[in-house]
Amino acid sequence: MDMVSKRKSKKLVGVIGAGSFGTAVANILAENRDVLLYARNPELVEAMKTSRQNGHQSLSNRIHPTNELTEVADECEVIFPVVSSSGFRDMMSQLGPHLHPYHILIHGTKGLDFPNGQLGKKKKFDPDKIRTMSQVITDESVVVRVGCLAGPNLAKELADKQPAATVVASHFDEVIKEGQRLLRSDRFRVYGNEDLMGIELAGVLKNIIAIAAGGLSGLGFGENARALLVSRGMVEMIHLGKAMGGNVQAFVGLAGIGDLVATCSSRFSRNFTVGYRLAQGETLEEINATMEETAEGINTVRIMKRLADYYKVRAPITSTLFDILYGDLKVEEALQYLMKFPFHQDIDFL
Amino acid sequence: MGVEILNKPRNQIYEPILSGPREWPVVLLSKNRKQFVEEVIEFSFQRIKELKQSKAALIEELETTLYRERLRIKTNPWKVDPKDEKRFWDDIKTKLLKVSPEGTPNQNGSTLHDDILRSIIGRYANEITGNFRPSSYRLARTIATFGFRRLLNAARIKRFGSVFTGKLTLRDKINIVGEIDHIRALAKKGTVVMVPTHFSNLDSILIGWVIHELGLPPFIYGAGLNLFNIGIIAYFMNSLGAYKVDRRKKNLLYLETLKAYSNLAIQRGCHSLFFPGGTRSRSGALEKHLKLGLLGTAMEAQRACYARDDSDEAKKVFIVPVVINYHFVLEAPVLVNEHLRREGKERYYTEQDRFTSSYNIIKFLLKFFLKGSDISVSIGRGMDLLGNYVDDQGDSLDRDGKSIEEREYFVSGGSVTANTQREAEYTRMLSKAIVREFHKINRVFASHMVAFVAFEMLRKRYAQLDFFNFLRLPEDEIELDYEKFKDACSRVRKRILKLNRNGKVGIAPHMELELDDLIKLGINNVGMYHDKRPLLRNKQGNVVTQDLTKLYYYRNRLDGYGLEKKI
Repeated sequence: MDMVSKRKSKKLVGVIGAGSFGTAVANILAENRDVLLYARNPELVEAMKTSRQNGHQSLSNRIHPTNELTEVADECEVIFPVVSSSGFRDMMSQLGPHLHPYHILIHGTKGLDFPNGQLGKKKKFDPDKIRTMSQVITDESVVVRVGCLAGPNLAKELADKQPAATVVASHFDEVIKEGQRLLRSDRFRVYGNEDLMGIELAGVLKNIIAIAAGGLSGLGFGENARALLVSRGMVEMIHLGKAMGGNVQAFVGLAGIGDLVATCSSRFSRNFTVGYRLAQGETLEEINATMEETAEGINTVRIMKRLADYYKVRAPITSTLFDILYGDLKVEEALQYLMKFPFHQDIDFL
Repeated sequence: MGVEILNKPRNQIYEPILSGPREWPVVLLSKNRKQFVEEVIEFSFQRIKELKQSKAALIEELETTLYRERLRIKTNPWKVDPKDEKRFWDDIKTKLLKVSPEGTPNQNGSTLHDDILRSIIGRYANEITGNFRPSSYRLARTIATFGFRRLLNAARIKRFGSVFTGKLTLRDKINIVGEIDHIRALAKKGTVVMVPTHFSNLDSILIGWVIHELGLPPFIYGAGLNLFNIGIIAYFMNSLGAYKVDRRKKNLLYLETLKAYSNLAIQRGCHSLFFPGGTRSRSGALEKHLKLGLLGTAMEAQRACYARDDSDEAKKVFIVPVVINYHFVLEAPVLVNEHLRREGKERYYTEQDRFTSSYNIIKFLLKFFLKGSDISVSIGRGMDLLGNYVDDQGDSLDRDGKSIEEREYFVSGGSVTANTQREAEYTRMLSKAIVREFHKINRVFASHMVAFVAFEMLRKRYAQLDFFNFLRLPEDEIELDYEKFKDACSRVRKRILKLNRNGKVGIAPHMELELDDLIKLGINNVGMYHDKRPLLRNKQGNVVTQDLTKLYYYRNRLDGYGLEKKI
């Protein structure tokens, strides 16, 4: 069959989403393969084609920008979707009809999906409606070989070609191997993990703590305070993760503690920046108005607050952040409240 | 789904989809028995060599097998075991001693352990393979049909004389509902793997009858070797295309041989029957965790068919879930006791041989049929190996009804590849899809509902007691006020009907009866022939139980639908 020979010629790897992380991933992939980089905005695609530049990152000449989702589905067997969680389901519902069971999708989005407008107090909360990105992929397509990318991967440092590592998680060994084969290089290590849910949640939940870390910095506090937050934040992530069905192990690895340390110390992190600016006295609206890209943590706080209430999980950091972001709690007051919060044990999850 | 699909004319007859036994895959298989067994041996041999690549690992496996087999012969012998067993394993032992484990690998040494492996596999393969004979199939089928029909009629028609004039057919007693035409269509298109729930020893005979009644050619299935202990059942089994599964043998060599048999038979187009729960449900609940071993063989067979044939004509395998519903399961007391004992202290129990004589099994059948009790068999929609529904043409469909190329699930880098880990994961996904389908096509009987309501009301009343202490409550001290019971039944029924409308569960037509009648029907039928009845009404009209554990068993049928909230 000519179908088979056509498939064999699929040398391109797809990346969907030309944000800073998507572009960084595309550049890493381009070291091994030709890459098809999809952007929703046609003008951006044209600009990338002519200037070979996207934001501060220059594009490898093996990257081919495109505005056609179908082209990505037709030309690539392995696709890396890297779009924000708020646009993820929309993108998948457009891409889904063009995907086949032989496709492998490895996403790099550290957020959750929840039906719009269902976070209001009145609606009955249904925890099954919270979907991870890999679940959105299987909801919206026939693809089953799904994986995720997580770890301390600040886009700017990746773009500067600094050494780093990441985790590819999947239930399928072949997805992990494929991810490793495509991403691996002299300065980029790729670890495998079979706990897809755990790794996805680790990446998602650390954003909450990153906002809080930004808050501490914004108030002018130093390393003791940050260390306190990071370690307590870790415990909170684990409790929330367990409530959603993840395992402890994923959180103590590169995608958990590793990513947490990176994001809580870096001004390049969007989530950190949100917290920092909140502490400086800005409101959420003001921050949102000037952010170039989505800070996933803002939405995650909202969803996890409802989840924590539902499962009666103690999540003081998430709750106070919620009150700051969506209520009128001041960052200073929140800190006082957290310092008085009655914790008794340091470690109660192992 | 969930809708009453039966109500066809009472005596609808399904013509056989193949004209005669000569075309039956199972007949073709038994004609070439010798060659098939050779294939099974070769396949298993290669597989085990792959799994145990070093000589040391293989020898260790052989030694483990030898040890376990000798232990089994000593501690758990069955009547059906061949006489030369001990001699065979003694011989293996002698041969194994000649294999030098760490000495330099010489030409003779390295072939010797392969020979041993081959001879053990050969023995297993011959033991597993059934002996299908079309002539005795026809005879057995006639006896079964005749017997079923007469005995069931006796249950309906009180006067014994009318047994032989019976106007009612078996169908009146056994409701076959669901996707009947669909499964017939699929059996013509490809290979059907039927996966029923398992509650009673009656299931395999019942399913055998259903398969014949629907005009399908005989299916092969792995019947527990213990059933072959009983002369009369052994006769039926042998003639219905059964192969033998010995659950005492849990060694790698045996399991791989068994899987090779199933895999290759499916590849040859033999419709197959697995009870994916492994054994009968101990708790009375629908199976939640399936055994992946045999399901995995269907997966491998499907991939092999795609790998062999890259045209659109590649043989397809269809998974068809089936749920059997009873008001009454004769073995309930034994089963639920085993369940509770296991819950207490998990794990190690020995597979025991409970039905030891033809006399016992006949007594069991007579009691069941003479006394009569409705049975329903719901046939679910066919699925591909990934759990996608298929249409009558056998094409896989996605959630929006768009057709999917199933082959592509097995493709990487442009061609079909064998990938054990991938297939294991697919099998896990398939088992989840089957469990979901079980819950959808399960048919709620009045008896299940009353058992559920009564048990949950009592459990709530004694919520402070630990579960096992609760079950030990003295039965004569507890009763439920009828009006309150009725209220709860009303709420639960409402919920069940709603689930039914949403396609989440099936119901028997009687579920729409007037509530008092429905409750009466339920109480009269739930576990009706047990010495101690799960539910009764006392002189005051209140609801009482004579046996909480049996009540628990029948209650479990409705586990997993979230009905507890309605109590």
